[in-house]
This record gives sequence, structure tokens and C-alpha cells, in this order.
Amino acid sequence: MKNVTHTNGKLPNMHKKSDIQILRWLGLLIFLLGFTVFTASIFLGHYQIDASTVQKASEYIPQEQVQLLNSLSGTRYASILEAIQGLENTLNPEHKLPSYQWNEYKFWIIKSAARGVLAENPSLFLLLTIGLGALGALLFILPGLTALPGIKNDGIFFRSITSKGLLGILLGGYLIAFYIILYWYPEYIVNLIILVDPVSEFLRNKAADRWFLYGFLYTVAVTVMGIRMFIKYRHNRYQLIRTGSVIFFQFGFAFMIPSILERFNQPSMDLKNAWPLNYTFFMDWNIKSLLNSGNLGIFLFLWGILLSFVIVPLFTYLFGKRWYCSWVCGCGGLAETLGDPFRQLSSKTLKAWRIERIMIYSVLVFAVVMTVLQISNFLSNGALFGSYTWRVNKAYSFFIGSIFAGVVGTGFYPLMGNRVWCRFGCPLAAIMGIVQKFKSRFVITTNGSQCISCGNCSTYCEMGIDVRWYAQRGQNIVRASCVGCGICAAVCPRGVLKLETTDPDKRYNVVLDDLIVEAMKTSEELNKAS
Amino acid sequence: MEHLVIIGNGISGITTARHVRKRSNMKITVISKETQYFFSRTALMYIYMGHMKFEHTKPYEDSFWEKNRINLIYSYVTDVDVDTKTVFLEDGRTLQYDKLVIATGSKSNKFGWPGQDLPGVQGFYSYQDVLLLEENTRNIQHAVIVGGGLIGIEMAEMLHTRNIPVTFLVREQYYWDNILPQEEARLVSRHIVEHGMEIRFKTNLKEILPGEDGRVRAVVTEFGEEIPCQLVALTPGVHPNIDLASKTKIATNRGVLVNEYLETNIPDVYACGDCAEIVVEREERHRIEQLWYTGKLQGMALAKTICGERTRYDRGIWFNSAKFLDIEYQTYGFVSNVPREGEESFYWEHPDGKHAIRIVYNTENRAVVGMNFFGIRMRHPVCEQWIKEQKKVEYVVSNLREANFDPEFYTHYEKDILRAFNQMYHTNLTLNQKSQKLFSLFSR
Repeated sequence: MKNVTHTNGKLPNMHKKSDIQILRWLGLLIFLLGFTVFTASIFLGHYQIDASTVQKASEYIPQEQVQLLNSLSGTRYASILEAIQGLENTLNPEHKLPSYQWNEYKFWIIKSAARGVLAENPSLFLLLTIGLGALGALLFILPGLTALPGIKNDGIFFRSITSKGLLGILLGGYLIAFYIILYWYPEYIVNLIILVDPVSEFLRNKAADRWFLYGFLYTVAVTVMGIRMFIKYRHNRYQLIRTGSVIFFQFGFAFMIPSILERFNQPSMDLKNAWPLNYTFFMDWNIKSLLNSGNLGIFLFLWGILLSFVIVPLFTYLFGKRWYCSWVCGCGGLAETLGDPFRQLSSKTLKAWRIERIMIYSVLVFAVVMTVLQISNFLSNGALFGSYTWRVNKAYSFFIGSIFAGVVGTGFYPLMGNRVWCRFGCPLAAIMGIVQKFKSRFVITTNGSQCISCGNCSTYCEMGIDVRWYAQRGQNIVRASCVGCGICAAVCPRGVLKLETTDPDKRYNVVLDDLIVEAMKTSEELNKAS
Repeated sequence: MEHLVIIGNGISGITTARHVRKRSNMKITVISKETQYFFSRTALMYIYMGHMKFEHTKPYEDSFWEKNRINLIYSYVTDVDVDTKTVFLEDGRTLQYDKLVIATGSKSNKFGWPGQDLPGVQGFYSYQDVLLLEENTRNIQHAVIVGGGLIGIEMAEMLHTRNIPVTFLVREQYYWDNILPQEEARLVSRHIVEHGMEIRFKTNLKEILPGEDGRVRAVVTEFGEEIPCQLVALTPGVHPNIDLASKTKIATNRGVLVNEYLETNIPDVYACGDCAEIVVEREERHRIEQLWYTGKLQGMALAKTICGERTRYDRGIWFNSAKFLDIEYQTYGFVSNVPREGEESFYWEHPDGKHAIRIVYNTENRAVVGMNFFGIRMRHPVCEQWIKEQKKVEYVVSNLREANFDPEFYTHYEKDILRAFNQMYHTNLTLNQKSQKLFSLFSR
């Protein structure tokens, strides 16, 4: 009861605000510095072919390539572009090698040849790039603690980066370019991969490749932006626990456990990556590698089967697909942390919903057909479909696994929202969606007639569900695509929505509005009653 | 084909149109000069705060209206001739109607303060008001809000998000204590202060002063204090907009007079929503209901009447909700700011001052008549049922968990509430955990 009469004092928060703004600007500056060094470091240093280069590269390239490389000893390339061009001309002049082999050799030779300040001080540069980036981001994020807890989506549609303005488009372009280079031209960013060599050596006892860089960046992004989620939703325990869960699964299951397995030369696997999101699980080489790796391999194989065909449907029945999509999954983990500032950009139109259904089920069909080929191929030892399986898998990997899930999935965050892949492409989400729609305990309950149609729920639905459509007519929400992130319930200013698990037969509720209209007494009924 | 013309595309007019379309094939035309398409008035604040754009406030896609054969006319109605059943539009067009609905909404109150029409002084009700506010708050240093109601606190929150310092002039002793009981009014008042807003209780506006540029420069309170400001937000409520109806033979008082069937004195002319003043035979006071919920319910009832089933508007068990900055508020039944004759109440407040509950009950039979909730979400159907079935206060405090609607993993306060109740009334009630089973898998 204190303070109520104290009304004419200074305005405490107003003055603090400017100091906080300075801290935020400082954070932004440090972040941009790290970001700039990160990007610019691609071009640092030179490339030298000498004995140490040959020795390092020999781990990854065949004998004849080692000899060819030896003959280049003493060559110095001034820049990354020169190095790529020069090696291309001398080591693979008529493009005789299959491109997938040559790309691999090229990458390791160039990485081994990198010299200069960055190659000599990778740890220092790791701090100056990703380190500064993370520090700056945290400085930008932490002052959020000075505001009172509660939903504060202030200015989201005024900021260029979160409302598809120029900055948003530039960021999208950068992410898209990064994915394309990472997937298909990793030799251009060997310097970035060298940055994480010390971490890789420490964890896995071997040099970093591009997937290690990707996994490292991914984990840092999920963690730093996860802290942002902790602060933004610190009044909401569902969001806190959920965010803790995605950080845990990314850090532990996707990053640490595979690294440690690799350290001990065991078959490496992301234990939470269920089929068909994991589309190489049934490839003959994967099954063989698992089955030939002793007890751990067999365990991993059986676990993969159990996860995909028992745990996924059962848990989806019990909790809805949220248990995976917004609590466990790696794609979901990135979307819920790094992608959270962009959730409002998903399209809510009926047209988008139509396209979504066509696309996601097409990908599912593609994935199932491919899996049938894979399994037949494994069982027949390659006799049934042979290289055809390999080609289908390659096509899937290129179009779905790389372009859709990666380039579009993340690159389009600032353009189409943070769940483009999950909404339009993920075949695992498609399967769980079917379970969720037709046989699950999960439902978003609408609280009577309390909806005021404000539209916060729909605006902030990352899956593009027009939540308000249901809420304003007093209807519960059961949609295949809902990943159960709970933000609709969080942003609702009237407490109208609640994610809950309940008897599946009671999920399909009526349209309350229509019941109310029916129940309204006509004058005839009133006369009869009196 | 019968032609239904609805003047006003707010929640009540649009609800009427939608439900008529569900029941009938008649031609429907909705006229408004506020916006081309229906939007949610309750979301206007979020546009200014940058949470949403205008397009997000539209509850239906633009194609919805054509698909449902609801014609929208973006124009201003200048007059209605009820004898020839003609509507006159500002652009010279005329429309013939068979049935007419007046749903013209509200206008902001102004109580004749000197300077109330200066540039930089405004209310907050319409889409145009958001645009005006954007203009009026460009590069300003200080704002004064006059009137401590729901719109006032919304405006305070809006300006706060733009870092515009606000002085809030409230006539009452505590915020909204003409509606809220003391404890709740204090709870909200504390929360306003906590946000760093300056709030002056028991302070009335005397006049608004212009500067050399002709815009508002300062306000003067009744105590003679001058507060410099470049924006004055007048938010002492709204009144029915009867500008159009009062030009016609349609009977008006404060609002458009209608009976419980929302019929005016003129056959085939109806009114609903904010602008309607409902005369109930059994009641002395006329009802003017200016809520989203009631506007919607009136539209639903009226649609039935228009389609041939003359239906009484009955708002059922009263409920309302709001959000005071970060604290959500729900109310069910009747909770008076000062206890009514024959009623008592049980109030519990969490030490953090952000969660509270009040249960008002009949002293004699202990039946619950109303409930207030702050910072705790409750299930509407359950609370409604309790009041309808006249459950005793003891039953309600023992069964609060059944009605809890907070998100999963939230802290529950039912035990604390029951403990406080047991202490106060020397009872030994226990919490009914029955409903827990239903949700045991995912909630605590």
C-alpha cells in the first residue's frame, strides 16, 4: 500500500532510460564490430603450399593428389580467390575428378594452406568475431531486465529489421549468401572454419570442418538469443521452461554428444533427430555404419527406429507436436530463439494456408517415397534400385535438405517469418500435424466470449495460423501446423487462450457464438414461458 | 430481395451483418466513413505502440466481405428519411432500405473545458484518432492525460512506450475507484506509479492554455498549478454518437432509444452497440453499454430479430476484462466499488501486489454475486456457472483450481487464497483438486 500517495516525485524510469540506451548502443556497436571482423576475416591472410600444408592435407586427400600438391610446393597465393583459381587450374585442370570428391579435396588443401595472422591466432580471432558478436548481443539484450516484466512488443513494426524494411532484406540476403557458401562453396570461408579449430580440437580431437562451424554458430545463436527469450518472457514460466529445453537439446544433444562420440571414434548421431527430418537414416551407408559399430551403433539404430515410430506419435498424442517442434527440435530451437524477433512476419492469409498444405504434404510424399527406395536398396543390397536411390537422395538432399531447410528455412526469417521450413516443408512436422489434428490430447482452449478480436494472437503466430478467427467466435483451436510455442496465449491481453492437454474426444468444440445466438430467447418463447 | 442497411462498421454493426448473412439471403449494405474495412477498435493502441499494423487489426481478410455478399460503402451518411426509407450519402448517392440499423458508436466526452478544442488536444476512440495522435506526439516533451478510466490508462501505456513522460490527472482518490473497490484501485494505482508515470489523484482540469503557435502549451489544474505539455489527451469516457439519429424522427435521449428488442420508435429501424440507449421496462435506469462484448451480443440478438425471429437482447451474466499495463483484470457478475446493502466480500492480495481476487457474496445465503481477478486468468464458463447457480462463497474458494486458466507451469495461488479465507472466517475448508486429474500430464 506504500507509495500510492507519493505521486509528484521524479519519474524514476525516464532518467534511467538514457543510460540504458547508451548500453544498448554500445552492445550494438560491439556486435557490429564482431560481425564486421567475422565477415572481413574471410579475406585475411595468404595461402602457402609447403611441407606443412601437404602434411596437413594428406589426411583428407588421396596419394596422387598429395604428389600433385607436393609438386606445387613453394607456391604462394595472395588471396583466397587466387588460391581457389590456382589450385583448380593445377590440380584438377580438366575437371576429371567427380565434383563431390574434388570439392572435398579443394576445401582441405586450401584450409591447410591458409597462413597469416588469423591462421596463427585462431583463438584470438574467435574472440574478435563470434566472441564480440555474442558479447555485444548480450549487452544489447540484458538491459531488457530494467523494464517491468510483461509483454513488450513495442516498436516491432517500426523497426526496419523486424518489419521487412531495408535492414530486414539485407539481413535475409546475408543469411541466404552465408548458407549458399557454407553448403556449396565452403572453400571460400576456410578462415571462418579455422576460427573454430581450437574448439573442435578440444572437443573432438580433430580439425573443424564446415559442419562444426555451423553447429558451433547454431549453438551460440540458440544460447544467446535464448537468453533474450529468458528476459523477454521472464514473467511466463511456460516460455522459460520451453526455452531452457531448446537450449539444452541444442547444446547437449545436437552439439556436445555428437562431438564426444566423434572424439571416441564412435558413430556420431543427433539423438533427437527423428525420421523423416533425418532423411539419411535409412541410407544403406548409414545403416551399415551403425550396425557395424558394435553395441553403441546397434543402440543408436534401434533408438532411431524407436524415436521415429513409437516416441514421436505417442508423445504427439499426449502433448501435441509441441513436445518436439518447440521443445526439442534443432530447427525449432533456432526458430524459437534467433527467429523470435521475426515471428510476426508469417503470412496469415487463406492463400498462404492453402500453399502450406500443398507443399508440406508434397515434401512428405517425397520423403516417404525416398525412404521406401532407401530401405529396398538396403535390403536388396543395392540390387533393387541401385544408384537410383542415391540420385533420389541427392535430389532430396539438395532441394529439401539444403535449399528448403537451410537457405530458405533460415535465410527467409526476416522476410517470411521464422518457421518457413517448419510450416511449408518439414515432413516430420507434417506427420505429427496429422496426429495432432486427428488424435491428440492437445488443444488451445478459447475462454468463453472473452475475445476482443485485437489480433495479437494471429500477428504473433509464427506458423501463420489465424488464431483470432477461432478465438473471436468462441471456438477451440485444433490445427495441424500449431507447434505449441504458446506465444498466442502470452500476448493475449485478455487471457483468452490456453494451451492444454485434455480428453481428445472433447477437443472438437462447438462455435460458442452460434450456441449463444441459438439460446437467445425469441418473444414467442418468452411469451410461452410467462 | 429485402435490403438491410447498416450505418456503422464497428463490432455491433458488423456482427449484425454477419449473423444476418448466416440466417438469410437478404441484401446487406454496411456504410462507414471511418475505414473501408472492419477493424478491431480494441487494437488501436497496438498500432501506436508498434505491436501491429493497421492491417493486423482487421479480423477478416478483405475478400471475406465479397465472399459473404456484404456490400461495404466507404462514405458518410448525411441524412435518413424514415418515411421514404431513404439513406442519403455525402457524395449525393441515395440508398433505399427495407430495414435500417443505426450502429454509429460513440464520441469522446468533452466537458466544456476552456481550450478543449485547441490543436494538440484530443480524445482516443477512432482510427482517425490514432493518426492524429501520431501527428500530435511528434517531438513532444510532455503529455497530460485527463480522466482515469480504461482509455486513459491505455493512452498512458501508449505514450510510455514512446518514452513520452506522462502526467495523469485523475478525479478520483485512486485510479478508477468509481468502478473498482478501494484495494483493487490501489493495486492498479501502485502499478501505474511503478511504471514511472506521474499520477495526480483528486485533481480536476481547469483549463487548457494555448501557446504562441496556437497549439496547446500547458494545462492548469483546479489547484492553479500549471503543467507544461504539448499533448492533452481527454479520456473521461465516451457518449453515444447520435449526430445522425437526432436529425431524424428516430427518438433519442442520450443515445438512440430502443427497447429490449433493440427496436426504435420507427418500424424497421433498429439501433445497437455504443449508440443505443436501452429502455428496460423493469428498470429505472436506461442502459448504455459501451463494451466490445455487449456490442457483439447486441448484434447477434438483433440479427435474429431482423431475420424474423423477434429476439430479446439479454446480456446474461455480466463480465468484462481489461489489462492495466502488465496486470490483467477479469470481472464476473456484479462487484460494486462500495459494498451494497446485504453484500460482503472476501479479498485476497498476494504480497507482490500484482495478484488479487475478490469474491462478493450475499451475506444471508452466502451465494456469490460477483468476482474480480487481477493477474490470474479464470475460465469464463466456470465463473459464469458459479454465479448462475448461486454457488456459496465457500464452494467457490474451495474450487478455484477448476476455474484457473493461467498458462501451464504458472504458480498457483489457490492454496494461499484458501488459507487466507480459512483464517479470516475460521473455517477449515480444503482445496478440491478434482480438476487436476484432467490436466495432470502437463500442468502442475
